[in-house]
Amino acid sequence: MGKMTNNLVQIEEGIKFIPGASAFVAPLNKLINWGRAGSIWPATFGLACCAIEMMVAGASTNDLDRFGIIFRASPRQADCLILAGTITKKMAPIVRRVYDQMPEPRYVIAMGSCACTGGLFDTYAVVQGADEFLPVDVYIPGCPPRPEALLEGIMKLQEKIMQEQGRWSQFA
Amino acid sequence: MTKTTILDVQVADGADDKYRLKMGPQHPATHGVLRVDLELDGETIDKCDPQVGYLHRGFEKLAEHRTYAQNIVLTDRLDYISAMANNVGYCVAVEKLLAIEVPPRAQFIRVMVCEMARISSHLLWLATHALDIGAMTVFLYCFREREVLLELFAELCGSRLTNTYTRLGGVRQDVTHSIMLKLQRFVDEFPGHIAEYETLIDTNRIWLKRTIGIGQISADKAVDLCLTGPSLRGSGVAYDIRQHIPYAAYNQMDFEVPVGETGDTYARYRCRMEEFRQSNTILRQCIERMPPGPILGKDAPDLIMPAKPGRKLEFDAVAGNALIKLIDNRDLYMAGDVYVATEVPKGELGFYFISDGMGRPYRMHIRSPSFLHIGALATIGQGVMIADLIAIIGTLDVVLGECDR
Repeated sequence: MGKMTNNLVQIEEGIKFIPGASAFVAPLNKLINWGRAGSIWPATFGLACCAIEMMVAGASTNDLDRFGIIFRASPRQADCLILAGTITKKMAPIVRRVYDQMPEPRYVIAMGSCACTGGLFDTYAVVQGADEFLPVDVYIPGCPPRPEALLEGIMKLQEKIMQEQGRWSQFA
Repeated sequence: MTKTTILDVQVADGADDKYRLKMGPQHPATHGVLRVDLELDGETIDKCDPQVGYLHRGFEKLAEHRTYAQNIVLTDRLDYISAMANNVGYCVAVEKLLAIEVPPRAQFIRVMVCEMARISSHLLWLATHALDIGAMTVFLYCFREREVLLELFAELCGSRLTNTYTRLGGVRQDVTHSIMLKLQRFVDEFPGHIAEYETLIDTNRIWLKRTIGIGQISADKAVDLCLTGPSLRGSGVAYDIRQHIPYAAYNQMDFEVPVGETGDTYARYRCRMEEFRQSNTILRQCIERMPPGPILGKDAPDLIMPAKPGRKLEFDAVAGNALIKLIDNRDLYMAGDVYVATEVPKGELGFYFISDGMGRPYRMHIRSPSFLHIGALATIGQGVMIADLIAIIGTLDVVLGECDR
């Protein structure tokens, strides 16, 4: 055993590689977080203007696919909700329902000023920020944010996922 | 439910059992947050009932509390795919109300940005429409060219999508040499790209089967349904405000209005593809004939323009003071009402103002093409197959921000 531990190659903090066995030794936390951060599947849910920039982020120039981010049409298959646009009071219950339909663990990115704070529209019809009825993980400011800003926001979410502790257990 | 008895077991005979389906608001093919309530008989739609209002943000009420100049910001968010065209439409309307002259260079720049917005809007339309019908590749190609235009917008006014570029009596920034060079390159290359899109889908059997004869509207019916823009022109009605009631510098431009014949989804697709070419010609003319001169009129309201040509930038002259001056200077604002329509990529965008002589509109009404197109969906969508409804929503080219306002 002592001989084996000497041969372990540390490739990242806490993650070790066993050369002869082609295997990794790592805490389960790290492994699961790594898997989750590398495959964020957002639900295709465009609300307003920001959805166009979200599409640009997914299209040829920026190409979200290379980060393992694939848009899913069904909330059941998604684990991230990108709120791209203004959330009106009529729309809020539906947004909430889509969120509730997503399996755990689920993350929310508020994209653009409207989803963050209500933005320009301080009116009778608009919810003043998605955090009034949803737990938001990442806020991306801008009206609308550039696709690069959305990428930055998703990377921030990945950082957040990497720091999670024991979220793979139902008792955690 | 009618019951019949077969071997002592009651069964529904299904004659008047309708399957009710609520399509949307979370549906990738409804272009945002449109909900369509359907009554289905098998796969055929018996009744199609579009529901709007999921993106109602209160534009018209908000506009009553802001000055005319501040409202330009709101118009970006109406049809966010072609914000420039909305800016121009709004400013043309306010300039008519306030009797403000626009110098020729600004007129040309306005036509230029309008046509750039038209190309970018149609590109997005083609991308999403093709994606809805099942052609994924076109989406990637279209966004490649659209990105060039958006970056040009960003260079021109600092924002890709919500531009707020026009000002009452002119435009915000002058076009630079670098922008003109990049646009020239785009204009030279773009006809080749149009041919590329056509190669991808024009002879595709699936594309043809899913567009030819789908959502057919006769010319009379299209007029009755208040369709405008390419959706109307696809039915053979040559109505284009750019030619019939020219605004900005459109009367000096030489272009044709493409008209379809059959009035089906394919005809409207062809119509928009031809508009690509016409817009490209207009852009070329703008580049060639761009006149020199100021970009802001002499009688333009003096506000938030510290860098107005020929004026020194002083501390006194910046936004705050000028805005107060504008609101106090009530001679500028005439009482009365005005309706001005402009041709945006979707159709006829009209602004109706009632002014009581104050610095703010007493009432602003927006006649948006998308709202009327969604209204027409109830008629066009009746009796078609459920899969074709996706094609019809796509071909009418609706944007919910503009529809719900």
